[in-house]
Amino acid sequence: MAYVAVKGGEDAIAHAHAWLAEARRGDPAVPELSVAQIGQQLGLAVDRVMAEGSCHDRGLAALAIKQARGDLIEAAFLLRAYRTTLPRFGASAPLDTAAMLVRRRISATYKDLPGGQVLGPTFDYTHRLLDFALEAEGAPPPEPAPEAEADGAPMPRVSGILAQEGLMAAEPASEAPPGDLTREPLAFPADRPLRLQALARGDEGFLLALGYSTQRGYGNAHPFVGEIRVGEVAVGLTPPELGFEISIGDITVTECGMVNQFAGSKTEPPQFTRGYGLVFGHGERKAMAMALVDRSLRAAELGEEAAAPAQSPEFVLYHCDNVDATGFVEHLKLPHYVDFQSELEKIRTLRATADAAQREAAE
Amino acid sequence: MLSPGFADPALDAQRCFRAVLEATSRPGRVQRLAEGVLEPPAPLGLAAAAVLLSLTDADTPVWLDAEAAPAADWLRFHAGCPLVAAPGDAAFVMACGAMPPLDGLNAGTEEAPHESATLLVQVAALDRGVTLRLSGPGIAREHRLRVAGLPPDFGLRWARNGAGFPRGVDLVLCAGAALAALPRTVRITEGDG
Amino acid sequence: MTIAAGYNFGYLDEATKRMIRRAILKAVAIPGHQVPFGSREMPLPYGWGTGGIQVTASVIGPDDVLKVIDQGADDTTNAVSIRRFFAKVAGVATTGRTAEATLIQTRHRIPETPLREGQILVYQVPMPEPLFRLEPRVAETQRMHALADYGLMHVKLYEDIARYGHVAISYNYPVMVNRRYLMAPSPIPAFDNPKMDRMPALQLFGAGREKRIYAVPPHTEVRSLDFEDHPFVPIRADAACSLCGSRDTYLDEIVTDDRGGRRFICSDTDWCASRREEGR
Repeated sequence: MAYVAVKGGEDAIAHAHAWLAEARRGDPAVPELSVAQIGQQLGLAVDRVMAEGSCHDRGLAALAIKQARGDLIEAAFLLRAYRTTLPRFGASAPLDTAAMLVRRRISATYKDLPGGQVLGPTFDYTHRLLDFALEAEGAPPPEPAPEAEADGAPMPRVSGILAQEGLMAAEPASEAPPGDLTREPLAFPADRPLRLQALARGDEGFLLALGYSTQRGYGNAHPFVGEIRVGEVAVGLTPPELGFEISIGDITVTECGMVNQFAGSKTEPPQFTRGYGLVFGHGERKAMAMALVDRSLRAAELGEEAAAPAQSPEFVLYHCDNVDATGFVEHLKLPHYVDFQSELEKIRTLRATADAAQREAAE
Repeated sequence: MLSPGFADPALDAQRCFRAVLEATSRPGRVQRLAEGVLEPPAPLGLAAAAVLLSLTDADTPVWLDAEAAPAADWLRFHAGCPLVAAPGDAAFVMACGAMPPLDGLNAGTEEAPHESATLLVQVAALDRGVTLRLSGPGIAREHRLRVAGLPPDFGLRWARNGAGFPRGVDLVLCAGAALAALPRTVRITEGDG
Repeated sequence: MTIAAGYNFGYLDEATKRMIRRAILKAVAIPGHQVPFGSREMPLPYGWGTGGIQVTASVIGPDDVLKVIDQGADDTTNAVSIRRFFAKVAGVATTGRTAEATLIQTRHRIPETPLREGQILVYQVPMPEPLFRLEPRVAETQRMHALADYGLMHVKLYEDIARYGHVAISYNYPVMVNRRYLMAPSPIPAFDNPKMDRMPALQLFGAGREKRIYAVPPHTEVRSLDFEDHPFVPIRADAACSLCGSRDTYLDEIVTDDRGGRRFICSDTDWCASRREEGR
């Protein structure tokens, strides 16, 4: 049946997968990459896969990266497909990021502030020169970085500092359980907890581009980085049989609070409004982009004109998920020859009709 | 002591669901569940108990009428469903006594008619009593269904339920191990005949 | 056949199956209405049949005989992959014969063999919303369905006729179900549309990525949109199958050389093979 290339069946699939396994391993003369090495030395890739795979498990994320040959969207998909089979024991308490054990904390809005600025492990201010020293393997590990004594001073969030002065718009507090995209399909209007959930799982590249577009006039944003903080926070859970909250472990998260000007309305004085980003692991770019997009999605609620792509909840939320997007874009490589055949016949018919009409007009 | 649920939770629920799916797809055709898949808690018959166990869980509020209330513990234990006080708040409504007024149940909205309640009524029999002549989707020409135990003005109530389409309540009639479904699209052209 | 270790029957957990089953029942009760459901990530990518797979997984039982087709054929790679998935996680019997199957999952075709009572046809659906090319906002199309306001689609068809003399839709041709809901039949060729009308089998539609399930109960009217002076015409290649000689089935066009050579064969491989066996 050589005339239809896609008709291969079991053998073709098995052979393709054998080839994939071989390609994944690469040259067997080169030592195999361990999952632990990926977890330790490609940590930011692991963080991104956990965020977009919406499953916090470094070991599984590293395994997914190895299995996916470093394709991070494929890895996030592997993690999602695994996650969906897991039983659900309960919902954690809201994270208290004010109590974060901070590794990095910067504010662009204040020169200094309680708790101070902590640069932490960052690419910022590195000169982007390829470091050929890293090519030489077997070099001794770098000297430990100098450590400052933790002073234990509280590190209040910048949004709170502005709120104290009454300059930050109050956020409606609610004890209602947030919606859950993993259980219920998206419906509109989508409230902010639902939007934030979608953005937290959303594709970094897509949100980066959208956030960028708001800075270039598609959405009229005036953002300041109130604060970015990266560090460890405790996850609390109240098991029904205990009836009180226990800590089930610490996770690393990145939080970004963007401060935006708001001109005010008939009922509200001019004040600042928030855009919020929170992602698993160390993911500043994603957290910042998420905060920009979160703020621009609030346009309608704040009575602002909403014409830009980043201000359209349907546009952003339906297209930010890379597992959805990659599946549908890539499904175009599945056979479509039945539909194509119907298009062929339709175009032939339409052309015949047009030709006949032309001839008639000429006669 | 509570009687056990399905012996094989996955396969028994699947068989029961297929019976309900077949019943809903071909309104008025009576489906029979295999005896012994579970021991129904009084006063529920096998079909009513199996349908509730197959379709309800923590995500579906259930209302039981006073006659069905003795099965509450069994249902809460095996299905884990919240039991609500008002029939209008329920996704599944189980009546072992008189059929509750349809217009007191959730009929969904024009945009989300699927959010409507499913009403299960345990009737005396599905092989005797009045004959309902049914037509509509799922029915080539006409199905006849015999039911004992529906209210005398059922035809009128049902017509009113159908008039709100796409809003409306869907009905599953259960008697012992037998069940038949009347989705909201069914037209009952004549009571007896 | 046995079920692969570590998997629940049909892969999905029981709570997910219950949620999907409830959606299916409401879909059957409201023919043509799209019911949102909590679609799960599956081990296959969105867009590759996850909606159909979730519907099949929620419906399938050990007594079922499953057939899976893609483009009408049982041996296309995606059909093979999905059939293998269910053989692994549900241990069911599979078949290529339309007549023997109780459950048929399909992408882009309705089998040529007329379906009967006792069979369920599960369609894989990429875009469940028939109006999406005319109105991409989902909230807006939901409002249109609520009001049965399908003027937008009628105008589109009318403009096609005014411009081309024909409706320029060749697949995923919109239908009215039970005279109430406008429905996307999934990307089947318009040739297959008439088979949907009053089909004795139950038709279920699953869109995984878009998280929608809809249904057409047996014996239900499904009408392809048209106008009195421009009735709906199903089209196919004007040729005979070069294998079985059929002149009334949907044909695939095969390019045989680079000088314009063409031949045509039945898209439904089971139908074609059966006809050839009978002819022998």
